[in-house]
Amino acid sequence: MSGAVMAGGLATASQSKLMWLRFRRHRMAMLGLAIVVLMYLVALFAEPVAPFNPDKSNARLVFHPPQMVQFFDGWSFSPHVLAYRLARDPVTLQPSYIADGSRKVRLRFFVAGDPYKLWGLFEGNIHLIGPENARDAVFILGADRQGRDVLSRMIHGARASLSIGLVGVSISLLLGITLGGMSGFFGGRVDWGVQRVIEFIISLPTIPIWLALAAILPKEWSPMAIYFTITLIISLVGWTELARVVRGRFLALRGDSFVTAAWLDGCSQGRIIFRHMLPALTSHIIAAVTLAIPNMILAETALSFLGLGLKPPAISWGALLREAQNVQSIAAAPWLLLPGAAVALTVLALNFLGDGLRDAADPYAN
Amino acid sequence: MGRFIVRRLAGMVPFIILVSITVFMLIKLTPGDFVSNYAAALAAAGETVDDAMLASMRSRYGLDQPWLVQYWDWISGVVVGDFGYSFQWQQPVSALIGERMGLTLILSVSTLLFTWSVALPIGVYSAVRRYSLGDYLFTFIGFVGLAVPGFLLALVLMYVGVSVFHADVGGLFSSAYADAPWSWGRCVDLAQHLWIPIIILGTSGAASLIRIMRANLLDQLHQPYVDTARAKGLSEFSLLVRYPIRVALNPFVSTLGWVLPNLVSGAVIISVVLNLPTAGPLLLQALMGQDQYLAGAFLLLLCSLTVIGTLLSDILLALLDPRIRFQ
Repeated sequence: MSGAVMAGGLATASQSKLMWLRFRRHRMAMLGLAIVVLMYLVALFAEPVAPFNPDKSNARLVFHPPQMVQFFDGWSFSPHVLAYRLARDPVTLQPSYIADGSRKVRLRFFVAGDPYKLWGLFEGNIHLIGPENARDAVFILGADRQGRDVLSRMIHGARASLSIGLVGVSISLLLGITLGGMSGFFGGRVDWGVQRVIEFIISLPTIPIWLALAAILPKEWSPMAIYFTITLIISLVGWTELARVVRGRFLALRGDSFVTAAWLDGCSQGRIIFRHMLPALTSHIIAAVTLAIPNMILAETALSFLGLGLKPPAISWGALLREAQNVQSIAAAPWLLLPGAAVALTVLALNFLGDGLRDAADPYAN
Repeated sequence: MGRFIVRRLAGMVPFIILVSITVFMLIKLTPGDFVSNYAAALAAAGETVDDAMLASMRSRYGLDQPWLVQYWDWISGVVVGDFGYSFQWQQPVSALIGERMGLTLILSVSTLLFTWSVALPIGVYSAVRRYSLGDYLFTFIGFVGLAVPGFLLALVLMYVGVSVFHADVGGLFSSAYADAPWSWGRCVDLAQHLWIPIIILGTSGAASLIRIMRANLLDQLHQPYVDTARAKGLSEFSLLVRYPIRVALNPFVSTLGWVLPNLVSGAVIISVVLNLPTAGPLLLQALMGQDQYLAGAFLLLLCSLTVIGTLLSDILLALLDPRIRFQ
């Protein structure tokens, strides 16, 4: 494509097209986007993606170590793992798992396995990957203290952990746009009031306040009710940052000539806010929202880890990390820390994505 | 300057009152009270629960009063240093929290100093040598530091401690000094244990401060006054320290107001993981057991700590920047 054509294309490109072009230059942000999309897809299709039922326990496979997947058998492509058998040390009687080189468990894609109900609607038993023989056990990321598959539990945990980020951010966004927008648009006494409330919330140490709020929840509530209340608690503390962004942008835009022009044209207040000012803010809001999701995810993880958030049988990354709370279980089964790696990877990807979006949304960059 | 500080101190009073009301309301919102928790524990242990005894316990602890009366009893004691009575521990609250709040303060303040002493030079380096290998390295470490929750870092360090060094990294004292009275040896012992929680707690704060310092300094480095100073022949180092860094420090200090709340709240969860004798584990226990005065005292003091942090940052800012001082 020649330079002239490029320039012509750029001159007529829409705002979103320009943003996308700028965003694409940000390599880490593109990588972040890919990881985030992949994570949310996995969470959405957790049942068929997970190799096993996350609640299937086996008392004889407690703390089974992770099995390395080997893709080639000799020269032919045939993914498999080596089977382990339980052996006891003849002196100390300490049980330990030993790789048994003679027996291989073959893995297949789209294989029939544990039955499930996708989204509670569609019944099925096909899993993305699993052992050829459904009765074999394969622990790609090891097993926990009840012999449950850590990989499957992590995949199912992604659903609660990632969706809390989205739901929480929506509530925060609603509060943030309403209060921040009012504060920035009306100014004066409204602004003063909202600013004092925000200052008050920001200066409270969040975790002790979350703990106090979470301790209010009755212990006999259903996991679903707890899930929504926890989300509400997290977003009640988290909306302030969004409100500040929205307020700052509103204050900056209020004096812009296009807003004055709209006033002079006789537009109503609502039309000025929703038709003229909000579209100018959308890109900034999207960036701020992307940067707020990781905080929500970290908050849920911390609360569930302390036992005040989601509790078993509900599965979330924080609830899974609770299994790795003491030195003994970490020493016996370090793979129980892996849900934490999933948290870190997601937060990292979302941060890169948000940074890229923020840079792309700024028309004055460079 | 004196008037500035007095005005700020006066502004803190309504804030603290508001905090104390919020905290007490939060605690009272929990369904049931300490006595019903106690009764449930008795019933679970298979003992008979006598309603008359429970009622007399309630009236002894004042739990049968409306919450506003309870709040007034509590807060009028707090003003003169009496934080009430802990039901769980059967001890006055002030006896329980004294050392724990002190250790929380030591941990938070030394973490703050660590964060600053790490973030300042690295931030300056990253800005001056922008897009160098070191800058990319620190940027990457910074992003990872922001993404890894503190308690996960604590868990990983615990694993490394157990599997590589065969030592438990938890706690703040070795067993010989755990319950000993304060002495020189105990202080040394504390210093030997304190650095692990400091690093865990300080990582994410240092990561974000490095980003802030780098961005602030980059804004300053290409200002005309820097070119002027360079043209007059000032050496690169004293130029940097005397002008742009001083201006860039400004937002650095003003972030103290939110860094301290973050440190205090991070310390709570890390203390639970590492089993530190600070406020965290006891606060969690008090909240779960509805030990209202103990939980209330911790929450109130932790929130006050952050208010004091904001005050300190305002004073430091006024000292650093004449424009604020002479307003």
